[in-house]
Order: sequence, then C-alpha cells, then structure tokens
Amino acid sequence: MTTVLILAVLILVAIAIWQMTKIFELSQLKAETSQIANDSDNKTNGYLLFAFLIFIYGITIFSFWKYSKFLLPEAASAHGEEYDYLMLVSFVIIFIVQTLTQALLHYFGYKYHGRKGQKALFYADNDRLEFIWTIIPVVVLAGLILWGLYTWTTIMDVNDEDDPIMVELYAQQFAWTARYGGADNVLGDANVRMIDINKANVLGLDESDTYAADDIIVKELHLPVGRKVNFKMRSQDVLHSAYMPHFRAQMNCVPGMITEFSFTPIYTTEEMRQNSDVRDKVKRTNEIRAERAANGEDNADPWEFDYILLCNKICGKSHYNMQMKIVVETEEEYEAWLEGQKTFAESVLKQDASETAMNTIQ
Amino acid sequence: MSVTAHEHVDDHAHDDHGHHHHKETFVTKYIFSQDHKMIAKQYFITGVLVMGFIGIAMSLLFRMKLAWPGESFSVFEAVLGKWAPEGVMDADIYLALVTIHGTLMVFFVLTQGLSGTFSNLLIPLQIGARDMASGFMNMLSFWMFFVSCVIMLGSLFVEAGPAAAGWTIYPPLSALPMAQSGSGMGMTLWLVSMAIFIASSLLGSLNYVVTVINLRTKGMSMTRLPLTIWAFFVTAIIGIISFPVLLSAALLLIMDRSFGTSFFLSDIFIQGEVLHHQGGSPVLFEHLFWFLGHPEVYIVLLPALGITSEIMSTNARKPIFGYRAMIASILAIAFLSTIVWGHHMFISGMNPFLGSVFTFTTLLIAIPSAVKAFNYITTLWKGNLQLNPAMLFSIGLVSTFITGGLTGIILGDSTLDINVHDTYFVVAHFHLVMGISALYGMFAGVYHWFPKMFEGKLMNKNLGYVHFWVTAVCAYGVFFPMHFVGMAGVPRRYYENTAFPMFDELADVQVLMTVFALIAGAAQLLFVYNFIHSVFYGKVGPKNPWKSNTLEWTTENKHIHGNWDGPIPEVHRWAYDYSKVDENGEYIIPGQDFVPQSVPLQKDEVELQH
Repeated sequence: MTTVLILAVLILVAIAIWQMTKIFELSQLKAETSQIANDSDNKTNGYLLFAFLIFIYGITIFSFWKYSKFLLPEAASAHGEEYDYLMLVSFVIIFIVQTLTQALLHYFGYKYHGRKGQKALFYADNDRLEFIWTIIPVVVLAGLILWGLYTWTTIMDVNDEDDPIMVELYAQQFAWTARYGGADNVLGDANVRMIDINKANVLGLDESDTYAADDIIVKELHLPVGRKVNFKMRSQDVLHSAYMPHFRAQMNCVPGMITEFSFTPIYTTEEMRQNSDVRDKVKRTNEIRAERAANGEDNADPWEFDYILLCNKICGKSHYNMQMKIVVETEEEYEAWLEGQKTFAESVLKQDASETAMNTIQ
Repeated sequence: MSVTAHEHVDDHAHDDHGHHHHKETFVTKYIFSQDHKMIAKQYFITGVLVMGFIGIAMSLLFRMKLAWPGESFSVFEAVLGKWAPEGVMDADIYLALVTIHGTLMVFFVLTQGLSGTFSNLLIPLQIGARDMASGFMNMLSFWMFFVSCVIMLGSLFVEAGPAAAGWTIYPPLSALPMAQSGSGMGMTLWLVSMAIFIASSLLGSLNYVVTVINLRTKGMSMTRLPLTIWAFFVTAIIGIISFPVLLSAALLLIMDRSFGTSFFLSDIFIQGEVLHHQGGSPVLFEHLFWFLGHPEVYIVLLPALGITSEIMSTNARKPIFGYRAMIASILAIAFLSTIVWGHHMFISGMNPFLGSVFTFTTLLIAIPSAVKAFNYITTLWKGNLQLNPAMLFSIGLVSTFITGGLTGIILGDSTLDINVHDTYFVVAHFHLVMGISALYGMFAGVYHWFPKMFEGKLMNKNLGYVHFWVTAVCAYGVFFPMHFVGMAGVPRRYYENTAFPMFDELADVQVLMTVFALIAGAAQLLFVYNFIHSVFYGKVGPKNPWKSNTLEWTTENKHIHGNWDGPIPEVHRWAYDYSKVDENGEYIIPGQDFVPQSVPLQKDEVELQH
C-alpha cells in the first residue's frame, strides 16, 4: 500500500515538475531560445525569491507550532536548568540573526532583480560597514563563549564534594549494566581481563578486592532525588555513549579507559510524570498506541513515562535498542530498593565458595 | 612536451600552438588525457554523476526505512537482495548504507568531485595558463581517484557487507570483525580505497598549489585573482596539511586490524573472549580522524563559496563586496579550521579543559563566516541581478549557509553540545551548512561553466529553474524539521526509533522529511537529464554568455590543448570591474557594463585599491 502511495506521489511530482517547466517556458513572452536569463526570467525568479522568503518563515512557524511540543521536557537535573537557559538565549540570538539575514538576502534578490537599463552600483568596499559586522559577532560570541565555558567547567568538574553516590555505567553490545559502590560507596577494581562468565562475574570485578565485595550490580538504574551522582563509565567492547537526555547528560564509554560525568537529579520519576508537558506527551503517545492496538500492530502497549539511558554512539547491529530504565525516587525508596539487591559477594563470591566446597567434596 | 616550458618561450611561439598539434588518439584524448579540461569532465562524470547518484540513492533508501519502519518495499528487495529479506531492510545494511552514503558524499562527491572538477577546469583558465603545472600528475590523480571509486563500489558486493561503522569509522567497532559484519572485508576495502583516494587528492592538491603560484599570466598578481582561485588554492593547501593525517590514521587502523598492533585498542572483551590488545586508545583515533575531518568540512565548503563569489558578482553586475575581506576570511577560516577538530569530541572522554580550548577556537570561526555572509548580501544590494540558475543556486547557498551555520553556534559550544551531540540536530546542521551548501555551489558552477566544459553549449535554463526551486524547497523541507527531531533527543544512526515510546509521536515528522527527500531526489534526475541532453543537443551560446570579466571567457568555444589559440592574454585589472563608471557616471567601456581583466586601464581610469 505504502509503495503504491509513494509511487503515486512520485508520479504526481514528476507531472508537477513537467508542468512547471512548461509554465516557465510559456512565461517567456517572446519566443526566444536563449538560455540566458532575460527580464521576464529575472522578474519571475525575483518574485519567487520573495515567495521563498515567506516559505522559510512559513516552515519555521509551522515547525515551531507543530513540533516544539516534541522537544524534551524541562531538565531533570540541577545543571540542566542552566543548560536550558543558555540554550534558550542562544536560540533567541540565532533566531533574530536568521530572520534578519534571510530577509535581507531574499528581499534584495527580489528588489534588485535585473531590468533592462537598470544600472548596478559600483560598490566595492566600505571599511566602516565591514568593521561593524565583524565587531558585532565578536562581541556576541565572546559573551556566549564566556558563559558557555563557565557552565562547561562547572558541569565537567567531577569531584567528591557533597558526598556523591558512586555509580559505574558499564556498556557492552547491546546492553547497559550499573554498579553501585555499596555500603562503602567505593567501586572495587575491575578490568575486562578478570571477567569470568562461568561465575557470572560479567563486569570483571577483582574478586580479591575488598572494596568490590559489597558492590551491587543491577540492570535498572535507581537514583535518589537531590543527591549528586558521580558516574564512572566503562565499555567492554566498542565505543558507546551514555545519553540521558532528560538530565542533559552524555558521555562516551571508551574501552580501555574510565570516563566520568556527574549530575544531581532534581525531580523524581513520579514528579516528572506529573509535569504538564510530560502528561500531554504521554497522552498523545498513548493515543497513537491505542490506534496501533486497534489495527493489531506492534508497539501498542500503553506507555508510562520513565527516564531513560540510551546508547548514542554507533555500536553495531542493535545500537538502536540499547537502553536502560532510570528510576529517580526519594531517598527512602532508594534505600529500600538498594536493600533488596544482592552484593557482588553474595551473588558471585558465595557461588564461588559453594563451588569450591563442591569440588572439595568430590 | 611539458606545458610549463611554454611559459618561458616568447609569445610568438604560441601562435601555432593549437594548429598543428601532435596527433591525439581516442585513448589520449578521452581516457588517459592530460588536458585539464578533459580531466575536469572525467572528475565530474565519475565523482559527481556516478558516485553522487549512488550516494543520494542510498540516502533515499534509508529515509524510506526511517519513515515506514517494518514496511516491506519491493525496491529494497530489488536493490539490496539478501539484505532485505521479504523487502524489509536489515539492520546491518541500514548502518552500511548510512556509512557509505556519508563516505561517498563527503569524500567522493564533495571533495574530489567538486574540487577535481572545478579546480581543474578553472585554475588554468582563470589564471591564464595553458594547463596545469604537471598534466601527467593530474592524469595520475584522476586515475587513482577512479581506482579508489572502483574499490569503494566493489566493497558493496562483499559477502559480509560493506563497511558499516559510520563514515567516521571509529575503532574498535571498525577494527573488530566480530563486532559487526561490515568490519571484515568491507572495512578492509574501505581503508584501501581511502588510502588511494588520499594519494589522489594529494597529487591533485599539490598540482593546484604549484599551478596557482607559478603559472599566473603577466599582470595576474595574487590580489587580482578571482575569488574562485583563492578558494581552490587555499582548499588545496588545507588538503595537503590534513589528508596525510587521515592516511596515518587509516594505516594504523590497518595495522590494528591485520597485524595485531594496539594503537587504538585496549581492554576488549568480545564474544566471550578477552583480546590481547593493550594500551591503545580509540580517542587517539578520533583526534587523528578529526584532524582531517574538520578541515575536510572546509575543503568541501570553500570551493563552493569561491564559486558563489564569482557567480554572484558576475550576475549581480557588481563587484564582490569586500574583496580583500573575502580573501582574509578564506585565510582565517583555513587557519582556524585546522585547530577546531576537538569540537567533535567534547564528550569523547577527552580532558574537559581541551574542550574549553576547542569551544573558543570553534566560535571564533563564526566570525569570518559571518563576514562572508554579510559580504554576499551586500553584493546583492543595488545590483542588477541576472537571475540565471547559477545565480539562484548561489543565493540558495548563502541561505543554507546561514541557516546551517547558525546552529553551529549551539554545537560549537561544549556545554550545549552535551545534549544534542550525535542526535539528528547534528545531522540537520551539517547537511545544511556543508552538504546542501556545497551541492548548491557545485550546481551553480555547472550551470555557469557548462559552456567552458562543453564547447560553448548552454544548459536549458527552464529545467534549471525547476531544478533549483524544487531542490530549494525540499532541502528545507527535509532538514528544517530535522532540528526538532534532534532536540527531542533522537540519536542518529538508529535503525528505527520504535524501541522508545518517547519517540512515537515523531513518526509523522519522519514521513514528512522522507517525502521531501524523495521529491528532492526526483528533481536531481531532472538535472542529470538536462546535463546529458545539453552535452549532446545544447545550444551554443555567445562566447561570453554571462558577460563575465574573467579570463576563461576570452578563450574560444572550441577546446584546444593550450587553451588560447594565440598568446595568453595579459591581465590589467582585478576580476570585478562590473558597472564601473568614470566621473561622468558613464561606463568605462561605453555601452558595456563590464570590463574584462584583459582590458588595459582606460585613459584617466584609476585602478582602485581593493
């Protein structure tokens, strides 16, 4: 069905193009065959340039009207507010410049379209004008650079102040794993060379490192609201990128090195679900899903908002489906959840011990 | 029989140059030709028509997949065969298509296709030289390019599929065949093809630089050069500086892949086993890649800007505004382009302080870019605009250059890059600012200089108008909404977005973009038709159809080896004396609003210090 539709569209477009060619030909009053623009071409295309300006404004307005609701909801992290503000200001500047320059460009194209007998002005340079439009970008950009760099330095300063939780994000084709420092809040040593699949030591933790014994390894990331998290990222195979769009957070995971990022979540998942933008989005999405369900299509279960961790660096065949759910909750809920998880010692070392025991018996 | 030798002989020796020339066979004239005009055409046909067709067709395939995920298309089955079982595109081939589309468009079409065509065609003609400094090296450059094209296309037929790690081929994904099926033979061929490509590019660039420096005709000082030549010249220099670094990256990657070294690999556990690699770093590869990769953006863009400068001035019947500022901008962009590569790596794990430095240099590059945009706009002001298709494409270039360039302010800011890095926002940004802009520059060049390629024939202007308007509308139709998809957080290179309910409502936007892309693709066929038809049946126009000042229009329509039948014209002025008037307000040459460079200064005329 879609194929037919596409074919139909393409055929119609082809006809439209053919017709437009004819119109252009007919629009030339004199039956002349020169392939060089004449007054009538200049006039037609001058008007079209003006129309194109309106088109650019039109598609801008259309996109903002129809698509700005798709944008990410307000930032759910402390530094994210600053990020969003800087983004807004940058966009306002860009928007003003875009509107003005496109207007001048296309308006001049329309206004000064060639006419017989019209003389162009020999105007080769003007130092003052050039100075003005060099210095204005310099000043504006200097402001943006300083502000941006200040924010950047603050965001990227990963330190141990304010008692952060230490969490490792571990990437592999095509799944995420998280590891918490446990009771001592220290991540034990790990390296891919210590991976032991038979014992389910999948992250390659050093079994002799006492810091590792209380580490907690999970497949769903839970974070307490209002507390800083220091992420240490690792990858076991290829490059991945830990992208947490709702928190304005992203860092690549690089095999052979540990990368870092840090942020403080400020809204719990529950609070975010109450955010009006998010509620609207969920409603719209579930309407689409209900329609799918009615048509018996896939991906039709109702959706509930959750924070999400995506992979954002091409990593192979299933790159498009490498994700982990993030739950932000209150301190108590978080503690309760953590309580219910097994430590590395419980899951791997104990198993190890029992195996040794078995071997001894045999 | 070297062409350079002629330069030192006095002009009379040239007079019989074109008449009784040594016999040319079919092979020396059309295949192993050393004539720059023929080589330009060879580049255009191989690099732009063939590789461009394949590259664009690939993008249409994956755009269809993105718009209608899971849908079965018979065209997929026909083109992709086993990679589209029952007409549904496979995830591996999706990544391969994305990768090869990027490679073909960036390197083959917009680097060698664009520079190869226009540097070859225009450098000798516009500086007043009989050919390139070394015709043989020029021929060698083209044929190495041809070989690299054949190898790249050959890689499409490899059993396990072509390279699929993205056009940036970051290791370890590109280094480990077990990480991805495309990282086997497909990636080997990709690397071999690119190594030959780089050699070809270097041979070409060296030739361009030497030609511009040594073979300018009498009176053609550097500050009288048309801006096209300045752009080609500087582009060639950046190419010479940065392409060897990519070659080293490619060689080291070949070593890692085939000879067990560990330049880019360390601590890898894949498919149940630990690899022996230790101590390498993928970040090192990223540095090496982008040390070329970012200048590459300007290698693509500067020739297009140069072409636009020339065409815009000619068709506005006005001098280009701020000639010296334009040269200064080209030089500033070229210099800065080599020290901004790190803005592709803000979140690569590189030290954040380095990120700060690269933010600073990156935003600096916005300044010369802004100057260029303003100068173009002022060139239009109070002109007498001849809206030929070439002129429309030039105006279109400025429009997309501004739209795409402005979002660079977001991406160049390390802070703001965090959340839009590698999303569709980036895709929208670079397609507008370098992809579409450079393509517009290329189209403008073809419409404008077609008579110089095909002995005075002109392309059909009405088809040209339709081609421009459909393309212009569709280009914005595809890439404007794409910014919003990126700002919604959709990562690029996702085979489909169905795994995330938060992207469900973006499905309609994907369809809209794909429909625009398909229409834009159809419009390019119109160009191909116009091009081929005009080659054979195009009407021969006047010798100087656009009433241009530059030297190429003083040559005869008929191609001869050596370009000028008689002596090489001497240059007496800059290239932009359009609508110049004397103190009485009369044109310098009565009844003619342009003064070609070969015309001596008239009585009482002052040469302005531009």
